[in-house]
Amino acid sequence: MRKSSTKTRAVKAGAKRKGPAFQDLLLELQRYWARRGCILQQPYDVEVGAGTMHPETFLRVLGPEPYRVAYIQPSRRPADGRYGENPNRLYKHTQLQVILKPAPADVQDIYLDSLRGIGINLKQHDIRFEEDNWESPTLGAWGIGWQVLLDGLEITQFTYFQQCGGLNLDPVSVELTYGLDRIAGYLQGVDNVFELRWNDSASYGQIRLAEEQQFSAYNFEFASPTTTRKLFDLSEAEAARLLDAYAQLRGKEKRRFPILAAYDFCLKCSHLFNILDARGVISTTERAAMIGRVRQLSCRVAEDYLDQRSTAAEAMA
Amino acid sequence: MKGRGEFLLEIGCEEIPAGALPKATGELKQILEKHLGAQGLVEASDVETFSSPRRLVAISHAVRLKQEDVTREVTGPPKSVAFDDVGQPTRAAESFAEKQGLPVSKLAIIKTPRGEYLAATQKISGRPAREILSEILPQAILELTFPRTMYWTSANGPRFARPIRWIVALLDGKVIPFTLAGVRAGAATVGHRFLGKAAIPVRGPQDYLAKLKKNFVIARAQERRQKIEKEIHTLVAKKGWRVHPDPALVELVTNLNEYPSILAGNFDPSYLELPDEILITVMRGHQKYFAVENAAKELQPHFLAVINLDSDRAGLVRAGHERVLRARFADARFFWETDQKCRLADYLPKLAQITYESRLGSYSDKVARMRSLARWIAEQWFNSGLHQADIPAADRAAELAKCDLATEMVREFTELQGIVGGLYAQAQGEPEDVATAVYDHYRPVGLDDPIPRNVTGCAVALADKFDSLVACFAVGLIPTGSSDPFALRRAALGVVKIILDRQVPLSLSMAVSAAAKTLASHKPKISTSAEVEKQVLEFLLDRARFILRERDGFAYDEVNAAFAAGADDLLDAKQRIAALKSIRHTRNFAPLASAFKRIRKILAKAGPPGSWRLGAVRADLFREDAERALHSAAQRVAEKAGAHKRAGRYREALEVIAELRPTVDKFFDDVLVMADEEEIRKNRLTLLAELLREFSTVADFSEMAPSDAK
Repeated sequence: MRKSSTKTRAVKAGAKRKGPAFQDLLLELQRYWARRGCILQQPYDVEVGAGTMHPETFLRVLGPEPYRVAYIQPSRRPADGRYGENPNRLYKHTQLQVILKPAPADVQDIYLDSLRGIGINLKQHDIRFEEDNWESPTLGAWGIGWQVLLDGLEITQFTYFQQCGGLNLDPVSVELTYGLDRIAGYLQGVDNVFELRWNDSASYGQIRLAEEQQFSAYNFEFASPTTTRKLFDLSEAEAARLLDAYAQLRGKEKRRFPILAAYDFCLKCSHLFNILDARGVISTTERAAMIGRVRQLSCRVAEDYLDQRSTAAEAMA
Repeated sequence: MKGRGEFLLEIGCEEIPAGALPKATGELKQILEKHLGAQGLVEASDVETFSSPRRLVAISHAVRLKQEDVTREVTGPPKSVAFDDVGQPTRAAESFAEKQGLPVSKLAIIKTPRGEYLAATQKISGRPAREILSEILPQAILELTFPRTMYWTSANGPRFARPIRWIVALLDGKVIPFTLAGVRAGAATVGHRFLGKAAIPVRGPQDYLAKLKKNFVIARAQERRQKIEKEIHTLVAKKGWRVHPDPALVELVTNLNEYPSILAGNFDPSYLELPDEILITVMRGHQKYFAVENAAKELQPHFLAVINLDSDRAGLVRAGHERVLRARFADARFFWETDQKCRLADYLPKLAQITYESRLGSYSDKVARMRSLARWIAEQWFNSGLHQADIPAADRAAELAKCDLATEMVREFTELQGIVGGLYAQAQGEPEDVATAVYDHYRPVGLDDPIPRNVTGCAVALADKFDSLVACFAVGLIPTGSSDPFALRRAALGVVKIILDRQVPLSLSMAVSAAAKTLASHKPKISTSAEVEKQVLEFLLDRARFILRERDGFAYDEVNAAFAAGADDLLDAKQRIAALKSIRHTRNFAPLASAFKRIRKILAKAGPPGSWRLGAVRADLFREDAERALHSAAQRVAEKAGAHKRAGRYREALEVIAELRPTVDKFFDDVLVMADEEEIRKNRLTLLAELLREFSTVADFSEMAPSDAK
């Protein structure tokens, strides 16, 4: 086990500072995408495993309307926690999520320009796009794309969405997911994520280490499988109840129906499933079955969301 | 060349997956040659294609600028029908002329072998190539296939590996106009993403290649590969290092870079405490680095990375790669230490939570079955005189074989399954024999992969594979076409390879039965039918035929003939095949083989054996000397051949049998098998049936194809 005593140390005064502080990196990238016409959104306030699960991605990529959005999304992956003892692995990592709908023809250049903006000289680095097709079984979503490597380090997932909620997408959106913890480590020349400068006075470890330790302990040791299963069943039932009720509605009645709430419960299912998975209490078969249950919910949400919007549009006309 | 011009097509894309490039490049050549050939614009194999991550390119140096004019003669009605008695054109002649769009006066009379006919000469003028190409190219490009395709313009838009962003299409220096996926073909290419210019006008293939090179793109894979190999060689020679030959990695990095250069980096020598297998997997599999050794083949704390740049001027790239590798190695060390906080056997209970297949239970269940089978196999071998066969060792190795599936290391590096278990077993003081067996038990993973190094490993590997085959077949998971999720073809291939290469006898049918019994008596207690066992055996024999033909170089009919006489003991079958191969071209053999074929036909025609077969051949029913001679020769030969056969001298046995040939020939010359007298006929048929049975125990000669006229 690594000693963790150094990690909560404050940033050394007067030490040579390389690269932007973590929070400056976040600000800089958001500023860049705001200039590119993105709505700046906030992180979603329900636990998510990836920026894709934010309704600003999952729902906005459906349907025909153009949209551009960027937001920071702390993403929880219970199985990836390492009690803050591994210098590269986190239970909760920080993503910047960008959606460009439709995908512009020069999207790769626009993306690369964002790297210039955070101080990376593209001619002095080995930057490459290596095949990595993304898939989220619980969201019924997949796309074709790459992982972007910076001198061998995976810094961004770059995906042309093809399906979401089981529906073919038209137009195609492009999703850019920046791994901010990694990028910051690279820019600051720091090997241990907990030693990153968050700002001029605080380290990443000071801000986040306790959270990593406690949630690793919760997910691997303390989470009650029985309770978590119950919560999963309850959340699933609530989502299904709402979706069933929506199916009974006609015309105008649909307009203010809380499809968005059904989606929140679908997200809760996904997170609870991840906890059970990290807890090591689901067999491979059960695993596939639970993923199928969440996917069923997310696909129904996607369909109803589109249906509701077209109904609302008709009512307006 | 007059009337011909240079052709250039470049399909500019966002980065195409490296693994898809070689096949797509080959296809592009075929597709263009097919279409251009069909239009008479090129001769066969006149198109060269190549590719790099951002482009698929075709060039041809002699494309016709215009199709040739074609003169075609169309034959009409016979002269006798076309003209009446006084030589006036008939209705038939007029309607033919009308159809051809010509006046009757322009028609000619031609002489054919069938007589004189009316004929029309049609001249079709060729179209300009540019016009044809602008029609053909858009659809030809979309005929390319890729393992996965995407759409990007709209859901109904074209599908390709990645978005097409520019197209260069030139014939004789002029643009071939067309539009594909919203992209207009033009005359400007794009250089290296970071080092080159973005819009480079080109005039033709030579100009294109030269300008690309100036803009840091080496378009031909062959040249990129040479650059990589040369730079690795120079660097390694200078430092006194060695690099493991790794053609697959060279191929991969060739197709991952438009301008590959080599960079040497270092890592902390303290990581060399970790096993080489783990270090190499991290470097090769995850980072695509070449591992470096010294002359004594010891891994060195350096690596070679292929980067997509001309050089690492500021040293930033090297620092970056070293940093990534440091993190990866730190992870591996963390797993190595964490995993070994308990012993390998302590992971056994966790296997109950890892499903092998929903109906076939967990890995814990599979391990129980593997142990039982591994003991049985070791026992069979021990009893047949193989004294290295160690039953307790096989049992222990089978018990530990799957434990590493629950470790962090294998969860992270799945390709190290087995190897990690073997390394942990070794580090934890398990007997060498057991650790090696665990390490090797997934082997062989292909035709060229070696089999487990020791007998215990072979026993565990066979136990694993027989269990997978029988269990999966029992629940209907039988491979079809390209679908083989449990890698059963590989398992069957492994069984055959281990038996043949280790040269240990094992009855396939007994092993399959043992696996079926184990499956029925262990959790989840699935019973199988005799039909399933037969299917598994047939599946195994199919792989055996494949190996014997493709790897060992035996002919189709040699394998079939020997297998027809039994293939349960593959080692024995292989010896019989070898004997057959060595004798098939001798003087007596081919005629004897055709005689046996004749016997088989006669017997088949005679109807069901029950209707003619006598209890034994009766000497008193012989009428001809030739049948008496055959009978006594057969008895004599059978005795001699039998002795050779029992001693495993198959070639000698076959040679003796081949000596029957003159006697058999004489029999067929002098004796009419289907004699009128029923008893005599039955006796003769019985004689032949006995002969066939007696002499088909080494190989069924009637399966042999007639040898080529020599």
